[in-house]
Amino acid sequence: MARRYDSRTTIFSPEGRLYQVEYAMEAISNAGAAIGCLAKDGVVLIAEKKITSKLLDTHAVGVRREKMYKLDEHIACAVAGMTADANILINLCRLNAQRYYFSYQVGEQQRQRDGRRNPAERRPFGVSLLYAGWDEHYGWQLYQSDPSGNYGGWKAVAIGNGHAAAQNLLKTEYKEGLGVDEAVSLMVKVLAKSMDSSLAVDKVELATVTRDEASGKVSFKVFTAAELQPLLDAANAEKEAADK
Amino acid sequence: MDFFMGIKGKDFVMVCSDTAAVHSIITIKQDEDKIVPVDSHKVFCVAGEAGDRVQFSDYVIANVKLYALRNATELSTKSVANYARGELANALRRSPYHCNLLVAGYDKGVGASLYWLDYLATLHKVNTGGTGYGSYFTLSLFDKLWHPDLTEAEALDMMEKGIAEVRRRLVVAPARFIVKVVDANGIRTVAELKE
Repeated sequence: MARRYDSRTTIFSPEGRLYQVEYAMEAISNAGAAIGCLAKDGVVLIAEKKITSKLLDTHAVGVRREKMYKLDEHIACAVAGMTADANILINLCRLNAQRYYFSYQVGEQQRQRDGRRNPAERRPFGVSLLYAGWDEHYGWQLYQSDPSGNYGGWKAVAIGNGHAAAQNLLKTEYKEGLGVDEAVSLMVKVLAKSMDSSLAVDKVELATVTRDEASGKVSFKVFTAAELQPLLDAANAEKEAADK
Repeated sequence: MDFFMGIKGKDFVMVCSDTAAVHSIITIKQDEDKIVPVDSHKVFCVAGEAGDRVQFSDYVIANVKLYALRNATELSTKSVANYARGELANALRRSPYHCNLLVAGYDKGVGASLYWLDYLATLHKVNTGGTGYGSYFTLSLFDKLWHPDLTEAEALDMMEKGIAEVRRRLVVAPARFIVKVVDANGIRTVAELKE
């Protein structure tokens, strides 16, 4: 009779579990993966887009990207899960970032945790987020939040489809002190392993957050199809060679 | 009638305050410390209505401490000054705090900084500043004496000259003063000047 405790986020099951939260986490495990890692001079995010269609207008305003969002000048995020829920959280993050700037006249510190659960009686957000950014106190940071409201800081982390496999791969492959370029190729490699199909430009979003040492300006860059193609080709070739 | 002076030096900031607690035309005591510490490397010099002074500084300081606890990071002097300005601006058309401030602090990487903030929520980053009637005399004096590489001894000398000027010309000159310095090592009292 587990069903009796299924329907509410405010009631624990006799085993002390909250099923709705667990289901929300499960929903994310089926969504397109998002992986991120820290480099010594930046943060790299990569994600798999599940929905692709030739008819999709990638230049329409506001929906040009599905997985990567800029939150402030120095913070970006990647999402896995329900895009509609992600939009609500991203809106909140952007609002908070600007409110912070209004109060203190300096950019918000990285440690905002908005992966919080909706108030009682409502459905938890079906989305997990990776936040990448820089601040003057702690330098480069990468955080992950989930529907339970938990959040944590990571050196390398994966969410979404195949995250367990990707996480295992990261455990063995990730080394501290990577440059951004090395981190980018590591991310492509890990995503290639965790995806069912082979890598293609319309299925992958890749972004970096880097900082210009001279001006101190943090910039968020999403790779264009032309920039992405050679990286994906290399990873596909490597994967094929490994399979043989 | 509160009187403050502030001077930003090479790697420190020096503030001076009178120590009179006044009610109407009566002096209540002569040992009130009006330079309140915000955290280990920041101070507020708060002038104005006695009740508002305490209420406002306690409120802002509590929030700055709360921020430090929540985020495991302390706010910079710039952030604290802007936050205090925001609070004054918010209160201005509702129930305003009647207090003027000098915000002095030292931040790693940034160095010393001094901000002048009035009850109308005007914020200025300054090299020298003051509030109260006394500042009418000291501002021009400081304009003449200040330079970017000021040492602590020079700054103290400037403060003493300012006090001398106030004593010579101001009808309601305070009797006692306290001088504090904020630098890389924190906050310390460097002099207490009496008649």
